[in-house]
Amino acid sequence: MKKIKLFLHVIGQGFANVFRNKWYSLASVATISLCLFVFGACYAIVANVQNMVMTAEEGVSLTVFFHSEGDMCETHEEGQVPDEQWVVEFQKEINARPEVLSSDFISDDQAWEEFGKNYFGDDFEDYAVAFPENPLEGDNSYEIFVKEVELQTQVVEWLNTHKEVRKVNYSEVTVDTLSGFNKLLVGGSVAFILILFAVSLFLIGNTVATGISMRSEEINIMKYIGATDFYVRSPFLMEGVLIGLVGAGLSMGLIYGLYGFVLSYVVERFEILSNFLNFLTVNEVFKVLLPGSLIMGMGIGFIGSFIATRKHLRV
Amino acid sequence: MTKKEQMSLEREAFVNENGIIVLDNVSKVYSAGAPALNEVSITIGRGEFVFIVGDSGSGKSTLIKLLLRELKASSGSVTVLGYDMGKLTHRNVPKFRRRIGVVFQDFRLLSDRDVYANVAFAQRVIGVPEEEIKVNVPAILKTMGLAGKYKAKTNQLSGGEQQRVALARALVNRPEILLADEPTGNLDPRNSWEIMALLEEINQQGTTVVVVTHNKEIVNSMCKRVITMNRGVVVSDEEGGFYNEEN
Repeated sequence: MKKIKLFLHVIGQGFANVFRNKWYSLASVATISLCLFVFGACYAIVANVQNMVMTAEEGVSLTVFFHSEGDMCETHEEGQVPDEQWVVEFQKEINARPEVLSSDFISDDQAWEEFGKNYFGDDFEDYAVAFPENPLEGDNSYEIFVKEVELQTQVVEWLNTHKEVRKVNYSEVTVDTLSGFNKLLVGGSVAFILILFAVSLFLIGNTVATGISMRSEEINIMKYIGATDFYVRSPFLMEGVLIGLVGAGLSMGLIYGLYGFVLSYVVERFEILSNFLNFLTVNEVFKVLLPGSLIMGMGIGFIGSFIATRKHLRV
Repeated sequence: MTKKEQMSLEREAFVNENGIIVLDNVSKVYSAGAPALNEVSITIGRGEFVFIVGDSGSGKSTLIKLLLRELKASSGSVTVLGYDMGKLTHRNVPKFRRRIGVVFQDFRLLSDRDVYANVAFAQRVIGVPEEEIKVNVPAILKTMGLAGKYKAKTNQLSGGEQQRVALARALVNRPEILLADEPTGNLDPRNSWEIMALLEEINQQGTTVVVVTHNKEIVNSMCKRVITMNRGVVVSDEEGGFYNEEN
């Protein structure tokens, strides 16, 4: 009962401190809101890009071709043309690589049919008559899917170490663009957020320090009466936590509204874009963002006020 | 018996045997200059009324700070209520201070609160239940002659009334020792006498009272034990003594 009363006292005094010191509190709430707004906006963008990268990754694959006797333009060294058994065994080796998600065997016939359908569409049957033999004969290949786009280069390097491998097709641009953009975005936002965090810590610390100096007389009396360190310090810590919480709440409200607005604007105005870019819903973003921001807001508030009480409050 | 109870009994035995306040060869040296206290030895028994007098710089304030464990002695030992101030941990200081009441020359009241809130504050700080506060605060205010002033803001009160509120706050938690640092320093003679009468009444109820003062007239009229200090040294300690400025 005594502990509950003490806890209620701490919360009550924490609120009282926030209102007693309202202009400083407002400035701190605004800064922390801005900080968490930037964090939230960056997170929403990064989460969406990552989602798009993941979707793209599912479609991004590389294809490995082997030397075959059917190659008319090339001469082969001895042992460069693999036999069927080697090709089958090689798939096991590919699948055993840690970077590889899966691989599919594409026979020369499948490759010809796919090529024909891509280029001639429904008229393929008519054109195929002109080619009584498969022009891609012996062009067996594996389509390899990697776990992450960045790992594609490693797999390509490994494949090229085999003398049986004639060619590896992969999209270097897709890989570099997607992973590069993501890294830039994450790096840039982390740096910006860190600066804002430092500013927030400083401002919350100042707010709490002002509160301490405004209440120095009361704190002094408490000390003589026999108040514990916890009793004196905890309202100031609570003040910091409350400022952080309010700041986080405000920024999340703003992001919630803005995200929905931007999303519906993009979907309405750029219908083509939304057909191949897969956006996350607001609820999917907030599943991680909301608890993360609230914890971060409270954390910044707590750390800022903790530093201030350690520095300015001698109990 | 728990260790806590054992220690409490040991402290009680120390007080009964040696006194409620015991300073043994205490010196306090600040970073520069002469010592503020120089090998001071004082023993005050439970229930005594003691005046500590002396000019500015005689070491009176340092002595009060040592008794409240605001400062630690540079050498010698200070024992208050059986607590060795040199060994008292920071964590146990609040528990110790709850057994001591203190009033100051400048009253140190919370000007944004009324009389009731100022006195109740002392009880809330140490976690007294609200139902008890509602009984204790009016009772102590009545004793201090402030029954009709519960709702008055402290800055609307006279100096004498403000010091009585400060006394009520110091006494509401029933301390065993009351330290009064120049309690009449800001008061006119009539209010000064009223406060001294209250202090004497509190002492008669069993509280040990230590008054640091400059007020020669009051000291010489009350016929109490007077400890005179000069430049950090106790120059006289007399029962029924006088404030002799020649010391």
